[in-house]
Amino acid sequence: MKVLVPVKRVVDYNVKVRVKADESGVETANVKMSMNPFDEISVEEAIRLKEAGKATEVVVVSIGTAQSQDTLRNALAMGADRAILVEADGEVEPLAVAKILKGVIAEEEPGLVLLGKQAIDDDSNQTAQMLGALTGWPQATFVSKIELGDGSMEATREVDGGLETIKVNMPAVVSVDLRLNEPRYASLPNIMKAKKKPLDTKAAADYGVDVTPRLKTLKVSEPPARAAGIIVGSVSELVEKLKNEAKVI
Amino acid sequence: MQFDLTEDQRSFQEMARNFANNEILPNAEEWDDQSIFPEETLRAGAALGFGGIYCRAEHGGSELTRLDAAIIFEELASACPSTAAYISIHNMASWMIDRFGNDDLRARVLPKLMVMDHFASYCLTEPSAGSDAASLKTRAVRDGDHYVLNGAKAFISGGGRSDIYVVMARTGEEGPKGISCFVVENGTSGLSFGAQERKLGWKSQPTSSVQFDDCRIPVENLVGSEGQGFAIAMAGLDGGRLNIGACSLGGARASLEAAKSYMAERKQFGRRLDQFQALQFKLADMATELEAARLMLHRAASALDGKHPDATQYCAMAKRLATDTGFSVVNEALQLHGGYGYLKDFPIERYLRDLRVHQILEGTNEIMRVIIARKLIG
Ligand SMILES: Cc1cc2nc3c(=O)[nH]c(=O)nc-3n(C[C@H](O)[C@H](O)[C@H](O)COP(=O)(O)OP(=O)(O)OC[C@H]3O[C@@H](n4cnc5c(N)ncnc54)[C@H](O)[C@@H]3O)c2cc1C
Repeated sequence: MKVLVPVKRVVDYNVKVRVKADESGVETANVKMSMNPFDEISVEEAIRLKEAGKATEVVVVSIGTAQSQDTLRNALAMGADRAILVEADGEVEPLAVAKILKGVIAEEEPGLVLLGKQAIDDDSNQTAQMLGALTGWPQATFVSKIELGDGSMEATREVDGGLETIKVNMPAVVSVDLRLNEPRYASLPNIMKAKKKPLDTKAAADYGVDVTPRLKTLKVSEPPARAAGIIVGSVSELVEKLKNEAKVI
Repeated sequence: MQFDLTEDQRSFQEMARNFANNEILPNAEEWDDQSIFPEETLRAGAALGFGGIYCRAEHGGSELTRLDAAIIFEELASACPSTAAYISIHNMASWMIDRFGNDDLRARVLPKLMVMDHFASYCLTEPSAGSDAASLKTRAVRDGDHYVLNGAKAFISGGGRSDIYVVMARTGEEGPKGISCFVVENGTSGLSFGAQERKLGWKSQPTSSVQFDDCRIPVENLVGSEGQGFAIAMAGLDGGRLNIGACSLGGARASLEAAKSYMAERKQFGRRLDQFQALQFKLADMATELEAARLMLHRAASALDGKHPDATQYCAMAKRLATDTGFSVVNEALQLHGGYGYLKDFPIERYLRDLRVHQILEGTNEIMRVIIARKLIG
């Protein structure tokens, strides 16, 4: 079984993001970029499936600028076998990403697609669900445990009330949550080997997808600065303030 | 001339930085405070290729360049110079075996060294032979299929804990040409250790004297040929000096960063410290000198990679500059912290204690000047 893992290049989680002066978005020039942390988890899971003999090939795909190659090389260094870069400039919205992925799926015919539950830049949390709908495949979202069976899998989902275990038929679309695994570091020799692994470059047009955004961003602004806190003298004062000042009770 | 890191080097750097920040930094204070040698973390690093960064791939080395190694050691040391420096010594000793050892010896000892199942030590210094290392007195006498070693080594990093000791001992005449290099395995009868030294810094690694009393080792444990030992020891040190210099860069960089953050918060005379121009100039000088030392170190590493005829001089220059600059930067960073820099609540004093010894070992900085001057004057 082939596993397809989409990965996104995002502003590194350690970076303190800054809004651009013209309020059109956040500053990405000269900012450290990394693989979306949730995608690292899906890459790790795919590699573990291969190491356990349950997957035969791990293919990573990224949709973005030429620099997304760095992110793909990183996934190859972790242990993925092959990479596909679908070049697209500017912002590509979840629906366009899902449509392109549908095209990649038609070519690659994977048995499983493992995505991060969301990307930490726009926090959309939409791509996996849209891909499930477009392909008509079963989907399991926010997964913290995967148990592959014969032609189906059991997925444990993190839901508000706790954990939910569902059975989905394969092929399936899965979005992964934080607690699924702890991604490995790429070793020095594997970083070297990653260079020699195949990386194909395609264009969004190859899949007949128009990536023009459907949404218009009006303005991106800094969250309001946090006001200073106060120390209350008693429980009754706290209740009084919650009622009359914060107006939350 | 190319000053930018390659794509691979950026990947090595990023991986080493993540490893340092996640696996080393959160524990460094405790390792220092309680003199803990972090074996598990070292092995986790070795699984990523840190055990034999520039050893050949045949027995599990990563087969990278000296410049790659310098980049990696700077990152590891930014979290804990002492732990990074032990990894450097392990790499130096392992490389000597890989580069000069016979195939049987390499196949026997390297696989475990590369994954740091076994730890390695470098044994040159003796109580009466420090800077004048070529005057060493430990003797190795051939007896049939064995050599018999007698003598003592001082200040051995890893001493008492290491599994493999790469030992320089005299087999012939006085002076450097009478010295040979041997592998002595822990457990060999006649091998013993002194008490652990009590040190200013470098507390996350053991240091002790090593004694040889009729210590018999098989002739296959000779590294290179008889009389080649001093040259092998010096070849090891070329790379060792680069690594130690890189460890100073890492520790100094972390201290500079710490000073910057501290100055952004601390207020005196109604202003943040980083708003005083006198202190801004100090930061500017620290950053400039650190960058100059880094350039020199990377230049020396490239020279060693390229087998430049003056590589040894470049390595000596780089070790001298990087370790002196590193110490002065961490010292300034401590000053910028005021009294708080002197407390263990802040990490600066740990970096200061760790970086101090880099000006002394792997050849003191005076000896670096001896090496450079010898080349200048002939
Ligand atoms: C924590 C620690 C770990 C160590 N680890 C190891 C190890 O793993 N393996 C190992 O083999 N050694 C190790 N050493 C030993 C270290 O390399 C020596 O301490 C160093 O080479 C200096 O030798 P010495 O201490 O005998 O000083 P000395 O040689 O006695 O020097 C004393 C002073 O005189 C100066 N001096 C000496 N000769 C000259 C000269 N010709 N011109 C100008 N100045 C001169 C020196 O620079 C120094 O300032 C370690 C030392 C320490 C402190």
